[in-house]
Amino acid sequence: MVTVRGLSFHRDGRPIFDRVDLDIPRGKVTAIMGPSGTGKTTLLQLISGQLRPDAGRIEVDGVCVHELRRRDLYQLRQRMGMLFQSGALFTDLSVFENVAFPLREHTRLPEQLIRTLVLMKLEAVGLRGARELMPAQLSGGMARRVALARAIALDPLMILYDEPFAGQDPISMAVLVKLIRTLNDALGLTSIIVSHDVKETVAIADYLYLISAGRVVEHGTPRDLDCSASPWVDQFMHARPDGPMSFHYPAPPYSSDLLAEAST
Amino acid sequence: MMAWLAEMGGFALDRLVRLGRANLFLLRLLGALRFLFQRPGLLIKQLYMVGVLSLPIILVSGLFVGMVLGLQGYANLVDFGATASLGTVVALSLIRELGPVLTALLYAGRAGSALTAEIGLMKATEQLASMQMMAVDPFQRVLAPRFLAGCIAVPILTGIFTAVGILGGYVVSVIQLGVDGGAFWAQMQAKVQLFADVGNGVLIKSAVFGLLANWVALFEGYEALPTSEGVSRATTRTVVTTSLAVLGWDFLLTALMFGDW
Repeated sequence: MVTVRGLSFHRDGRPIFDRVDLDIPRGKVTAIMGPSGTGKTTLLQLISGQLRPDAGRIEVDGVCVHELRRRDLYQLRQRMGMLFQSGALFTDLSVFENVAFPLREHTRLPEQLIRTLVLMKLEAVGLRGARELMPAQLSGGMARRVALARAIALDPLMILYDEPFAGQDPISMAVLVKLIRTLNDALGLTSIIVSHDVKETVAIADYLYLISAGRVVEHGTPRDLDCSASPWVDQFMHARPDGPMSFHYPAPPYSSDLLAEAST
Repeated sequence: MMAWLAEMGGFALDRLVRLGRANLFLLRLLGALRFLFQRPGLLIKQLYMVGVLSLPIILVSGLFVGMVLGLQGYANLVDFGATASLGTVVALSLIRELGPVLTALLYAGRAGSALTAEIGLMKATEQLASMQMMAVDPFQRVLAPRFLAGCIAVPILTGIFTAVGILGGYVVSVIQLGVDGGAFWAQMQAKVQLFADVGNGVLIKSAVFGLLANWVALFEGYEALPTSEGVSRATTRTVVTTSLAVLGWDFLLTALMFGDW
């Protein structure tokens, strides 16, 4: 479904990706994991054509995303849903109108049919009863589920999830985990999850990519990665504080920094 | 010295780049306007938001400005026994200068800042990005209706401001200070020209100011850094830039329209 070859990307002179290769299979849940700040969200923005790579090729469903003109890109995006970390609901529209938004913009369906479709999508995420509420009245977990209903409103081929589990309480987290898997299987979607919540992601992913410092460190099924020999993968997958991945932001030696302060 | 020069150069280049971006932004905005033929409802909603909701401040300010003009004009003209010209003084000041300029400044404070904050926050909360991901162009759906509504609203608000101001001047000079009502209106009618004064002042000036105010407000919102500090700075910049641009353009337009050189 998605093929990434030799992807390189810089931001503010800092390399984010350096010759990354990825393959996202159709109909599966693929997770891209890595520590915060490794450019996971940037990768989703590159796949969805919000950013352009410096080098390399990104193909979605056989077309090169960054070579498309705006009109063609928008056509491709009608087959792509994206769940933003914040939900990104339109704050001036009710829950119902938020989910109806893509339908109203891209179809000329009669009002009655739009209502039926919206209620179907809201029922799928368990929020049919909340359709009159405004986004400000929703909890974080509910907002994300409404955003999910909106993302599947046009029955896309593929959904991109940006940190779907970040900052959720255990119950909404479990609901979302179950929902992502169920929707993927019931609607025959291709799902890409970007996350650093190892336990939840591993529970539903068919295939995992671990990225760090701009490279794919390891990839495989959850079982493969769980017993990987790489100390880095072991540290990340089992959330160990000690290991090859440093806690510190790159800096000169501590002692020289302190002494430099004292000598001035 | 070299460092200072380099800093100056960098600053100038920065400004130039920003001006270029603002122009590209305007072009894209103008290109998106035809979308409004398909969705007039979006335009009407924004006309209400930026136009109707700006009415209270425009009405109250217009009334007070007109009343002050009446008082000041009377105090100066009475020494020369020329209070009959008060109607002309009040009307020409409002139609040529105070109406368009003050309306644009008030609009920038009331509606322009709100537009910047709204667009900036939509950007900060990823609403614009999510719209793009749903294959909806924010230029068509969000920016174009606000821009056109603002450009329509400012000339109308200017007309209302001016009319209410003249009424305020009438109330103070004729009803309170006892200037002859017939002379007030007759002098005004004789001296104020439809095309030279009302056309240039209320129509052309306010159309230019409306374009400036809405262009600046939307551009600043769209380019705002997606943080609370970024949005607050952008809002401030909108009011400052619009005010300066309106005053600068007012001088240029006045020189072209009414200057004899």
